[in-house]
Amino acid sequence: MNEIEQYLAPRRLDEALQAMANGDATVLCGGTDLAPQTESGARQYTAKLLNIRRIDGLGGIAAETDQVRIGAVTTISEIRCHPALAEIAPVLVEAAEHFASEQIRNAASLGGNLCNASPAGDMIPPLLVLGASVELACWRGGAVQTRLIPLERFFVSPGKTVKLPEELLTAVVFDRPAADFVGKFRKSGPRPALEISTVSLALGARIADGLLSNVRVAMGSVAPTPLRARHVEAALEGKPLDAASIAAAVAATAEDAKPIDDVRASAWYRSHLVRVFLEEVLNDVRGN
Amino acid sequence: MSVGTVKEVQRRVHMTLQVNGEEIDVSFAPYKTLLEVLREDLGLTGTKHGCELGECGACAVLIDGEPLLSCLTLAVECAGRAIETIEGLAQGTQLHPLQEAFADLGGSQCGYCTPGAVMTAKALLDKEPSPTPQRIKEAMSGNICRCTGYQQIVESVERAAGCCRNAEREAT
Repeated sequence: MNEIEQYLAPRRLDEALQAMANGDATVLCGGTDLAPQTESGARQYTAKLLNIRRIDGLGGIAAETDQVRIGAVTTISEIRCHPALAEIAPVLVEAAEHFASEQIRNAASLGGNLCNASPAGDMIPPLLVLGASVELACWRGGAVQTRLIPLERFFVSPGKTVKLPEELLTAVVFDRPAADFVGKFRKSGPRPALEISTVSLALGARIADGLLSNVRVAMGSVAPTPLRARHVEAALEGKPLDAASIAAAVAATAEDAKPIDDVRASAWYRSHLVRVFLEEVLNDVRGN
Repeated sequence: MSVGTVKEVQRRVHMTLQVNGEEIDVSFAPYKTLLEVLREDLGLTGTKHGCELGECGACAVLIDGEPLLSCLTLAVECAGRAIETIEGLAQGTQLHPLQEAFADLGGSQCGYCTPGAVMTAKALLDKEPSPTPQRIKEAMSGNICRCTGYQQIVESVERAAGCCRNAEREAT
């Protein structure tokens, strides 16, 4: 194991960003991915360990305005128990509900779940259907610089994102969903708690006069990154929610989901689950 | 960078941890998890090493009243936070109602998962004095037990909840 020579726990964002300006810091927040990865040897600590949890203003949920903002160090438990979020974006709260276990939800941060960039990350499909973006900050030219990246373009491959080593994910933002927005989330594993999703799926859409619009469907664990299912979305956009459109959408999953065989499930089973989940969420919405 | 807000250390961290209400000075390598510091540096071996992957709950302790996994928590992160472990539960020879109920109802058999299960249950009862069996199962779903079949654990937590409520009533 590499020696950690320096442990930093700054209170201010600019201090943290300066400390990581060389791109050589190991960022610690909840530690729920970092600890097992360093323990197994999949990752090494660098000489500088930077705890971002104590930075002022990096936590908390602002849901009162037209744009919802969730600070990067917000825990999954905080999302799960947030009354305004449950009102505005229940699809996100639902995913938090199904996330690991109580002990892990208390530690794991939203920013960490995104930066870990697992194809199975539980918070990703709901944020994709909410049209979320991530705010990345770095120290450049003697000041804090930020950029906003649509979450859909954030993931590159398992464990890899477009975030530069000197950048810190500081917040997740999305527009407050319209009043006629509906969102649904499904995930599956061998048991309800403490499971890495075999497959996850989220649906977000507006429904007016029985027609779907602004349809977004996102899937996890069916490709190297979580993805938007464009063919499925096209099959539903502007359509009434009837048996024909549901069947067409279910058939279109084959175009979007390209799962692999691995230790958790076969490609065949994952493809099957995607079809089942999509049909379930569409029927759920139809039933309401 | 201002020194007052950033802590720099070389190789070993020296800090004061608050464990079971006591302030303890301890020195350890910064990559050490809270579980390792509790067991190896403080001799508090009640908290168990399980999977060390965050999948079994055997190492659960309370930090600022919330159940967390000590195998995933770096000890350096715990400065200024109140840590509670199984060793802090009994008052002298007086067992905590959870300990009593786990012993009486077979909620503990081989005992390996018990410290984590009891601490997780304590966090639940501290916040919710009358949880339903469903709520208990949900709150304890991160604590894996290979012996009891779980029913006895749920019954133990229910019994302890009743005892805690009675004790509360008598005290007021």
